[in-house]
Amino acid sequence: MNYSRMMTVMRTDLKHLAQSKDFWVPMMLLGGIFFVVIPTILLSIINSIGNVGAVQQVSQALQLLPEAAQAAVPQGADAGTKVSYVLAVYLLAPIAVIVPLTISTAVGSSSIVGERERGTGEFLAHSPATVKEIYLGKLIASLIPGYLTTVVGFGLYSLMVNLIVGPDAGGWFFPTPSWWLLILWVLPPFLLIALSLVLRLSARVKSTAAAQQAAGLITFPLILIAYGQSTGALFGGAAVGVSIVMGAVAWAIGFALLFSGMRSLTRARLLGVANEA
Amino acid sequence: MTPSDTATTAPNSPLTPPTPAPGSDPRPAHGQTPARLVVEIRDVSKSFGRVPALSNVTILVPESRITVLLGPNGAGKTTAIRIITGALTPDRGTVRTFGFDPDRFGEDVRRRCGVVSAKPALYDRLSGWDNLSYSAELYGLGRNATKQIREAAGRFGIVDALDQQVGGYSTGMKTRLALSRAVLHNPDLLLFDEPTSGLDPESSHAVLDLIRDMTGEARTVVMCTHLLVEAEGLADQIVVLENGTDLIHGTQAELTRRYWPGDVVRLDAEDPDQLDLLWGMEGVLGLDRREGVSELQVDDVRRVPELVAALVAAGVRLTRVDPFNPSLEDLYFAIRRERRAPDAGQGLGVFPEVTR
Repeated sequence: MNYSRMMTVMRTDLKHLAQSKDFWVPMMLLGGIFFVVIPTILLSIINSIGNVGAVQQVSQALQLLPEAAQAAVPQGADAGTKVSYVLAVYLLAPIAVIVPLTISTAVGSSSIVGERERGTGEFLAHSPATVKEIYLGKLIASLIPGYLTTVVGFGLYSLMVNLIVGPDAGGWFFPTPSWWLLILWVLPPFLLIALSLVLRLSARVKSTAAAQQAAGLITFPLILIAYGQSTGALFGGAAVGVSIVMGAVAWAIGFALLFSGMRSLTRARLLGVANEA
Repeated sequence: MTPSDTATTAPNSPLTPPTPAPGSDPRPAHGQTPARLVVEIRDVSKSFGRVPALSNVTILVPESRITVLLGPNGAGKTTAIRIITGALTPDRGTVRTFGFDPDRFGEDVRRRCGVVSAKPALYDRLSGWDNLSYSAELYGLGRNATKQIREAAGRFGIVDALDQQVGGYSTGMKTRLALSRAVLHNPDLLLFDEPTSGLDPESSHAVLDLIRDMTGEARTVVMCTHLLVEAEGLADQIVVLENGTDLIHGTQAELTRRYWPGDVVRLDAEDPDQLDLLWGMEGVLGLDRREGVSELQVDDVRRVPELVAALVAAGVRLTRVDPFNPSLEDLYFAIRRERRAPDAGQGLGVFPEVTR
């Protein structure tokens, strides 16, 4: 494995992506809407309307949360602050899952079939780069935009949550340890799993459109699973061990799929030659 | 141990580029000493599902020559190129490029090859420089990359356009950029798959001139084309492919001599049937009677005046007498005619005994 060539493939894919405004502008908007716009509007409204009846009712419903989660909510705060806190910490977790998975699978689904459609698969097939280097380079190049958006979005989200909810919740409280665990340990392997499957698809299908359709079928259940796992990790509160184990299992599955996925890419598939399975 | 190590340290190793076996080396062009084989494809077959792309094909490419793979679309030319670099693996047969099996030592083989495919295979959203730089990094040019990129682009006259996005290039510029990329790492073997596809005649001519120049630097070139006019005058060796089989190979002069062993004259008469009088005349090797024109083959072109005089004396009113130098196109169609009707060879250009 020549890591320099792998990084070259990755860099070029990212450079190509950076030149595709029609791709990254909607993706930035997606990240902005999920990480900043929706939470800001939601939390601002709850903060500004105060302890009206609806908020009181939602506050009552918070008693349904697991004990560990309830314990983390500021006890002396008013109902509005409690609802805002729970929304910020627990219920908006899906944004950390949906955004990177959507962006990364969109990039990954076109990465190999896109080479074929452009004809550049021919160039790669005749180059000294091994298919493993090409596959890994493309996988990392697909992973970076989604994960980067999440990291940046997560930063903005943290800032926004602390500015809106923090003053009433006793100071800056976000990110909580479970969110760090989610972003750094649980989310990456789910991205790896999704991309290993999506790149495998991208190597086999005949067009980018077909790849994106099929990628949607794969990522939708994966988003649901990842959402369930991530909210579980957050609700677990003190059960950090569970999150670590859950992340470890996801990593193991991710690497297994990665290695089998590497074998699915052949030069014949870069060339788009039929029946070279 | 890499193949390169083997080649330099163990001359008798099976990995060493082989000395051509007797009878295996195509006759060298220009009557020179036999050239070393850079590519040996022997009895190779390759199918895609049930569709055969190559069937028992043998192609031998001598060093520092231009070998043209000639054939219609679907003949198997592109598959042959892909097999040479190891991008595809044959189902049967043996392939050696620089003496190495490209399936096992693909990385080393591909590092010494430069390929220009029919579609320029460029990244349209990147600049010309980025496209070349990508190739330079994959081929491990390292610190010399900048200098070599400038040299390669300069050679094909596109230095000034390197900062532009390739999507804005004309077809001719894209081809020049693809050519620059192919020679960037100074390869020993250049593989061109219809490099003039989509170019205007002037650009095509310029590209062919550049390809011709490259063999002056002792590079070996394999070029695929279905355009006979491109191969004419460029090819040192021609391999005619059709439906995945190699019909024939050799230099144009050799092949012409095999199909037209004698000198050829095209002639016609008011009553073409009277031309049959030529049969039996001294020096006549054959007569190919076709509608509109007949081809007479004689052992020596200097006999033609005598034969014409004999015909005139016999009352034949000739309407046409032209010396005929078969072009590559004539040769190509003669080969294909023979292929379609191998036993129908009565006239010129159809000699079953000279098939490969």
